[in-house]
Amino acid sequence: MRQTQTVGRSVQRKEGREKLTGQARYVDDLTFPNMLHGVTVRSSIPRGRIKKIHFEHGVPWGEFTIVKASDIQGSNHVALILKDQPFLAEELINHCEEAVVLLAHPDKHLLEKARKLVGIETDPLPPVFTIEEALAGKQIIWGADNVFKAYRVEKGDLDSVWAKADRVIEAEYETGAQEQLYIENNGMIAVANPQDGVTVWGSMQCPYYVHKGLLPLFNLPQEKIRVIQTETGGGFGGKEEYPTLLAGHAALLAWKSGRPVKMIYDRAEDMVATTKRHPSRTRHRTAVSKDGKLIGMEIEFNIDGGAYATLSSVVLSRGTIHSAGPYFCPHVRVISRAVATNSPPHGAFRGFGAPQSLFALERHMDHVARELGLEPDEFRRRNFLREGLTTATSQLIREKVDLSGLLDHALEKSDYHAKRERFARENPGSSVKKGIGFATFLHGGGFTGSGEKTLASVVGVEATPHGQVRVLAASTEIGQGTNTIFSQIAADALKLPYEQLEVAQPDTAHVPNSGPTVASRTVMVVGKLVETAAVALRDLLIGAGLLPAEYSPEQFRQACAGYIEKFGQLRANSQYKQPPNIEWDDEKYQGDAYGAFSWAVYVAEVSVDTVTWETHVDDFVALQEVGRVMNPILAAGQIEGGVAQGIGYALYENVVWKDGRMANGQMTNYIMPTSMDLASIRVFFEENPYSYGPSGAKGIGELPLDGPAPAILNAVENATGLKVRKIPLMPEVLMQEAKRGAHV
Amino acid sequence: MSKSSVAKRVPVSFTVNGKSHSLEAPAMARLLDVIREDIQLTGTKEGCGEGECGACSVILNGELVNSCLVPVIQAQGAKITTIEGVAQGDVLHPVQKAFLECGGAQCGICTPGMVLASLSLLEKNPNPTRDEIREGLAGNLCRCTGYMKIFDSVARACGSQQ
Repeated sequence: MRQTQTVGRSVQRKEGREKLTGQARYVDDLTFPNMLHGVTVRSSIPRGRIKKIHFEHGVPWGEFTIVKASDIQGSNHVALILKDQPFLAEELINHCEEAVVLLAHPDKHLLEKARKLVGIETDPLPPVFTIEEALAGKQIIWGADNVFKAYRVEKGDLDSVWAKADRVIEAEYETGAQEQLYIENNGMIAVANPQDGVTVWGSMQCPYYVHKGLLPLFNLPQEKIRVIQTETGGGFGGKEEYPTLLAGHAALLAWKSGRPVKMIYDRAEDMVATTKRHPSRTRHRTAVSKDGKLIGMEIEFNIDGGAYATLSSVVLSRGTIHSAGPYFCPHVRVISRAVATNSPPHGAFRGFGAPQSLFALERHMDHVARELGLEPDEFRRRNFLREGLTTATSQLIREKVDLSGLLDHALEKSDYHAKRERFARENPGSSVKKGIGFATFLHGGGFTGSGEKTLASVVGVEATPHGQVRVLAASTEIGQGTNTIFSQIAADALKLPYEQLEVAQPDTAHVPNSGPTVASRTVMVVGKLVETAAVALRDLLIGAGLLPAEYSPEQFRQACAGYIEKFGQLRANSQYKQPPNIEWDDEKYQGDAYGAFSWAVYVAEVSVDTVTWETHVDDFVALQEVGRVMNPILAAGQIEGGVAQGIGYALYENVVWKDGRMANGQMTNYIMPTSMDLASIRVFFEENPYSYGPSGAKGIGELPLDGPAPAILNAVENATGLKVRKIPLMPEVLMQEAKRGAHV
Repeated sequence: MSKSSVAKRVPVSFTVNGKSHSLEAPAMARLLDVIREDIQLTGTKEGCGEGECGACSVILNGELVNSCLVPVIQAQGAKITTIEGVAQGDVLHPVQKAFLECGGAQCGICTPGMVLASLSLLEKNPNPTRDEIREGLAGNLCRCTGYMKIFDSVARACGSQQ
């Protein structure tokens, strides 16, 4: 009885039933005996020195567990890339939401009252709030020059092109912060004492990041720190690095009180204090020939990292590498910087720097095309990357890429040319202007450069005597479908029914470190390890003479029972090996940045009401080539969700800053798309299997955030003639632009 | 813990998923907290605590409400359905089944509220158009799906998929 393959089919979500019946357990659904609740007392100024902390009368302070920086026995820094961020501020305050004091008590309501009675007296210092102020360097708030990280990418000889260019076209672009808005806020529960060590349960993407962060904080041996992921209600990058800080806080309170401590942020706290997408500024200076060929690109890309370095250097790296997009240009220079400001640290968010630099690029491509008198599609066609050409980092494209074909299909699906004509004809007679625009882009799968080699991820696959197979990995299910896809991959590798597979709950005491759940790497990189480990497990059985080369699930079960009886345990591991031909120079930022790219063309159709200046996306076509599509419904769900976040990023999601603090930290006044805002998102896949991905899969998760914003603003320009170069495109921005007479 | 150290507790009785409950709680305690903590049905989620996201949706006397905005005293004598009361034992409700088949749930945190909102919509309008589905679910936010698969799920559940 051979099972049909599950890869390529829309098998049902593994944990779907629990989620649909309310049985899935998220961190806030867990209660421990004798548990306390914990809260954070934060600074209220963006920058300064702590003079004194006082506790006002009004609550029985003797009942409270109080933790300050001085209570930390280990090292007071959040271990990530650099060691600049403290778990609790000691003397210096670097942003408005900096944690200073932690409180725990059995009564949540009393705790809330107590939080307001902690006074932090400070001497304010002059803050820095923008990229421009940071680079001007009047106040130095970080390192020698406020720069966390800078890159310089050089390809060809850019300085030689300006004189021979037919046209040089310059423009600046700007993107705002974006709030994550996963519907489950950040939360952790900790049990910690000197005998057992520290155990935390919580909402997170990267259990081993939390593990790494807790080690120096408590100065304990590895096995005394245990991190368990509970069902996680959305991550998007917002639960990549931040959970380490919160886990540390819960654990510090648990350690001091000797009781379990639960810390769950409410929405307001999660919105103001946790990480957002980095705001950015990009300047393009582009040399073109009159026949519409790119001959030189100079790109300056700067992002606002907030108060601490966190992951900004890596976000900057991805943004830098993607900044020249899916085009061939012989001479490129990219200069990029991540700078410090006195805002809460900005962090990982789906796309990870690429949505920012690709917004600039794809708006700029339309701008250059218009300056040259070419249609946007025609200008891009003349410059697309293809097999045998090189990217900005001189990565040779070895796969068969047909961007022109993708563009043809996307324009066809959206009826682009006919609509372009019709809108031009009908718009003059209407106060509602319609427009259509697109973006073409790429997204690299997995860690940049030699990152995957350094991570050296491991995956295990084990079987029970009943032939039930379990995948052991630290890669988390956060809604994107890890449990389902890993089960599909292992089921096919073992020729077993999908139902016979399960994925272990990520728990650092039981699963190997398969790396973080980030960078569109879970299927492409870790999935490949699942496939390899499953094959290794099968080969163990075959090698032991217990299983023939062709077998039924029942024969597999018998073989497992026999193997376990003989050897005690049936488990196989696999470890990442870099595919051949990947060469990366981290000094020069040249070489093979990613093992594979996914490619896409997104087309947005919009209506702009010239009375209210509101923009609505009427139709959205998302066409992409992501290698093999593992599960069509899950894959389309990833794209639709990413496009929805991208539409929010472009049109609605406006973080209002006031003195370094988010002023609209509520769902009432920070607006994400509702079902009324999203009419139609149509997803199309083209498949071009990638040799080193499981069944040919490439990365998919982040790609859909890269395209919507530039496609929408290109469509708005098509509708109105207004050349807005920043997002979010709020109605008032568009109105001002119209008033300024920028109308062409 | 829904008990405040100061607030006076009052007796309150209501039915949840067909089962009667009598308990004491501060009159202004949020129905959400009473359901999650006193009755220990944790399928009802808190997303925003201000009635914007709908993750805490329950059906109260036939109406979809945000349980984070309902003081428990208002539920006196009410009939309440939470996500735990939707399936019949192991048999999923057609709406749950459709969400499973169509990919209507991703991270799952908005899902209980979304399922109850869908039930409430179909109760009032058994054959909604796509636009009526969009309108019917406008009070429930989802950050994962972009809603398309949720619209598909509701359409599938009522057999009216175009």
